Amino acid sequence: MASGSTIDALGQFELHPIFGSFGEALSLSQSPLFMVIASVIVLAFLYLGMRPASVVPGRLQAAAEMSYDFIHNLAVDTIGEKGTAFFPFIFALFFFILTGNYLGLLPFSFTFTSHIAVTLALAVTVFIISILTALRFQGISFFKHFMPEGAPVMLAPLLIPIEILSFISRPISLSIRLFANMVAGHVLLEVFASFTIMLAVSLGAFGHVLAIAPIAINIALTALELLVGLLQAYVFAILTCIYLREAVAH
Amino acid sequence: MRLTPRFLLSAAAPLAALPGRAVAEGMPQLHFKDPLLQGQVVWGAIIFVIFYLLLSRSALPRVARVLKSREERIQNDLDLARRAKKDADKAQQELCAAREQASENARMDVQNIREATKKAAQAQADETSARLEENIRKAEAKIALSRNEALSHLNDIASQTAVTLTERFIGVADPQAISVAVERAQTTGGEHV
Repeated sequence: MASGSTIDALGQFELHPIFGSFGEALSLSQSPLFMVIASVIVLAFLYLGMRPASVVPGRLQAAAEMSYDFIHNLAVDTIGEKGTAFFPFIFALFFFILTGNYLGLLPFSFTFTSHIAVTLALAVTVFIISILTALRFQGISFFKHFMPEGAPVMLAPLLIPIEILSFISRPISLSIRLFANMVAGHVLLEVFASFTIMLAVSLGAFGHVLAIAPIAINIALTALELLVGLLQAYVFAILTCIYLREAVAH
Repeated sequence: MRLTPRFLLSAAAPLAALPGRAVAEGMPQLHFKDPLLQGQVVWGAIIFVIFYLLLSRSALPRVARVLKSREERIQNDLDLARRAKKDADKAQQELCAAREQASENARMDVQNIREATKKAAQAQADETSARLEENIRKAEAKIALSRNEALSHLNDIASQTAVTLTERFIGVADPQAISVAVERAQTTGGEHV
């Protein structure tokens, strides 16, 4: 929170124990709380939406079906026939991240996707699953991908480390992309919000008028963050699909 | 920690003067020793697994069931409609055939009636003409009879006239001879008259 002339743009990312000493003992912070909230929202959206189970859907049911179709098409179109097996995982990933991103835009809430530990854990999960899938579908020949086909053998000592490096950097780029986007957006929101207070406090009546400008910018930034939140969830999901397609391909 | 300033710079680029203070305490996300941060990962894993299991076992199959039943229902309705259309087409075809048959029958009836009428008219005309011919024939016969009768009287009249004339001219007359002469004159076509 900003006070006076200092801007504490990073304080919003601090973790605090919840439920008193009980939460402290279990290392429960507000981050898992918001993960639970996000999961409950997604599940409630599906359960409440599909409760009528009518042939001609209402709005909520149509929205639930559309989200199902959207991710189902994404998974099957990208991964192929085997995509149906990964569909629930992609669905869980996409909506976990999307809801996390959007929950963070609410005042007094917390964005768990702004923590590199969380995004890295998700990315490593994707990485491990794609390696296991690749080993299952391709066996040992999976390792052939580290030597590009048709490349001169002379270049192998150079190419193989590069390929391995680019493969290993996948979870890192995947996690940092989401994490950095979320952090940057929230830092910007915080900084402009602090500007409003600083202008109002330090410049008096004139400052009150000028303070409108950062508020206007924050409104625009919120709209941008809505776009970024959706886009990052989509990017995460589609990159997961692409990695899995490579894993199931021969 | 080395990442921190770069992130902040990119994030708050327009505020180049300010990040210095903002990064002073470092990013809370990078305090990896914080038990809350470690707990966050463990809790996150537990929550995500539960979330995934609920989705894959219960929530998503429910959506899939509804979508599938709708698709089946639409398919059934389509089949039904297709069958109804086929029936309608068949009925239409039957109707067409029946109409054609009926028109064929009607044409034949018309033909028959026309022929029958023509035949009847022909028969009537034949009968009339036969009767007329009969009448003509009878009339001709009657005429011929009258003529013959008249012709048969002609000899007598001619003989009497000849006898009378002969008596007047010469005082006597042989009716027998005159009669023979008249007869002869008549049969030779009246050359001497």
